[in-house]
Amino acid sequence: MSRAMTLKASQADLSVSLWRRAIDLLATFAAGSAVVLVLLPLGAVFGYLVYKGIGSLNWAFLSQTPKPVGEAGGGMANAIAGSALILGIASVIGVPVGIGAGVYLAEYGRNRLGDLIRFTADVLNGVPSIVIGIVAYGIVVLRQRHFSALAGGVALAIMMIPTITRATEEMVLLVPTAVREAAYGLGVSRWRTTISITLRTAMSGVITGVMLAFARVAGETAPLLFTAFGNTYWNWNMNQPTAALPLQIFVYAISPFDEWHRQAWAGALVLIVLIVVSVSAVRLVAGRGMLKGSS
Amino acid sequence: MGVDIQVEHLNAWFGKTRAVQDITLKMSANHATAIIGPSGCGKSTFVRCINRMHETVPEARVSGQIRIGDLNVYNGTSATQVRRRIGMVFQKPNPFPTMSIYDNVAAGLKLNGFRDRRQLDEIVERSLTMAALWHEVKDALRKQSGASLSGGQQQRLCIARALAVEPQVLLMDEPCSALDPISTSKIEELIFQLKQRYTIVIVTHNMQQASRVAEYTGFFLLGNLIEFDKTEKIFTNPSDKRTEDYITGRFG
Repeated sequence: MSRAMTLKASQADLSVSLWRRAIDLLATFAAGSAVVLVLLPLGAVFGYLVYKGIGSLNWAFLSQTPKPVGEAGGGMANAIAGSALILGIASVIGVPVGIGAGVYLAEYGRNRLGDLIRFTADVLNGVPSIVIGIVAYGIVVLRQRHFSALAGGVALAIMMIPTITRATEEMVLLVPTAVREAAYGLGVSRWRTTISITLRTAMSGVITGVMLAFARVAGETAPLLFTAFGNTYWNWNMNQPTAALPLQIFVYAISPFDEWHRQAWAGALVLIVLIVVSVSAVRLVAGRGMLKGSS
Repeated sequence: MGVDIQVEHLNAWFGKTRAVQDITLKMSANHATAIIGPSGCGKSTFVRCINRMHETVPEARVSGQIRIGDLNVYNGTSATQVRRRIGMVFQKPNPFPTMSIYDNVAAGLKLNGFRDRRQLDEIVERSLTMAALWHEVKDALRKQSGASLSGGQQQRLCIARALAVEPQVLLMDEPCSALDPISTSKIEELIFQLKQRYTIVIVTHNMQQASRVAEYTGFFLLGNLIEFDKTEKIFTNPSDKRTEDYITGRFG
């Protein structure tokens, strides 16, 4: 009798375990397909870009300025350089302001002023990019009386700041109080603790936030239309109109010429590759200082 | 060398709640003083008043006097000055997670503007040796993060970090409560050595620990200091009924 009972019990065990295994399999499958669903559009976009763009991509494309209409060849070298210049200006303005504001919010911002800044940053994050272009036009272009890389940089910086601010705030808030107290306990002043301990501990997360903001604005076209304006020639002067990859892609894509369409595809491919490369490069450099076992 | 800590009429508040009530006692140089009592009795708050850590909490307030040697903690000096003279070890090991073992120990000096590299090397070695950690980590000083060590090692690293700034007083807020028995006994041994050179105040939940490491013990209850005496006296022949109830396990 007891034997029969154990047999029954073990059968029950087996069925439970089968049921559990089925559920486990189902959940794994669901999670797996979600991953595929997320990666699919990304892969499709990139694949299509490569398919359309790789044919026009050659050394001339990366080293020459655009040729006049009707002439074959030429490239977007000046636009690549211009994008680098504009993004450089945007980062120089946007990254320190964004990180500074984020640190302020996390460490000192539990008051009215802090709430106001948070609210402003969130609203700014939702402002259409073309509007930000108009703002930069108003504060830089009208004053300088001509379009410039600086104006484009200012527009992109304004777009970067709220993203970096909120990301920095979150990352700094994640640093445990115990770490701050350890520094206070050593007689380190509050501002020194904030910079050398708290921000340093949060740094890898802050860098991720900065790179997200960077990647987002690197492809922006609208705010550059009437700030950086575009240029068919080389320009390294930040007070002059400057070409940028997204602008060049836009102009070429809406043109009636097949040659230019092909170059627009190549330009889009180059833009994406450059964003991926610069983001990974920063990660690599930032990660090199990491120690074994540091979190 | 350690110095006396003289506390007079100390009160500490969190907002409107008074967590520490009118405490007066003297902790003598080069001895260990244990603070015992049930959870929430104000032991930690009391200790955090000694190095002005209490005031880092929003809405926290203190009144009364504390003197450490000739330094008046709450009068005519800054919190950072006070904390440079007082090392603190916390309940949970809290090494700086992004720093190497070396940088963790050197942090207090470096962040306060100390730059002499050769001297820094010496101080790091000496502090780690004093904290009985040198031999375990000497080959990984700069390669490994402080957070990669085991819990007991991390706590000794934190002790080394506190010792590196050459304090006169060492405050330990339940330093062993997150550690296993072997690490605990290592740290207790360490306290034994350290009190030759420092004045030690240790908060503990563990009464055996108090009797092992401390010459003097204070018993706290609901923010009041009920009894303060030689450890032996507290544990064998307490004068107050409440102390007796607590140490015999009748409450708390």
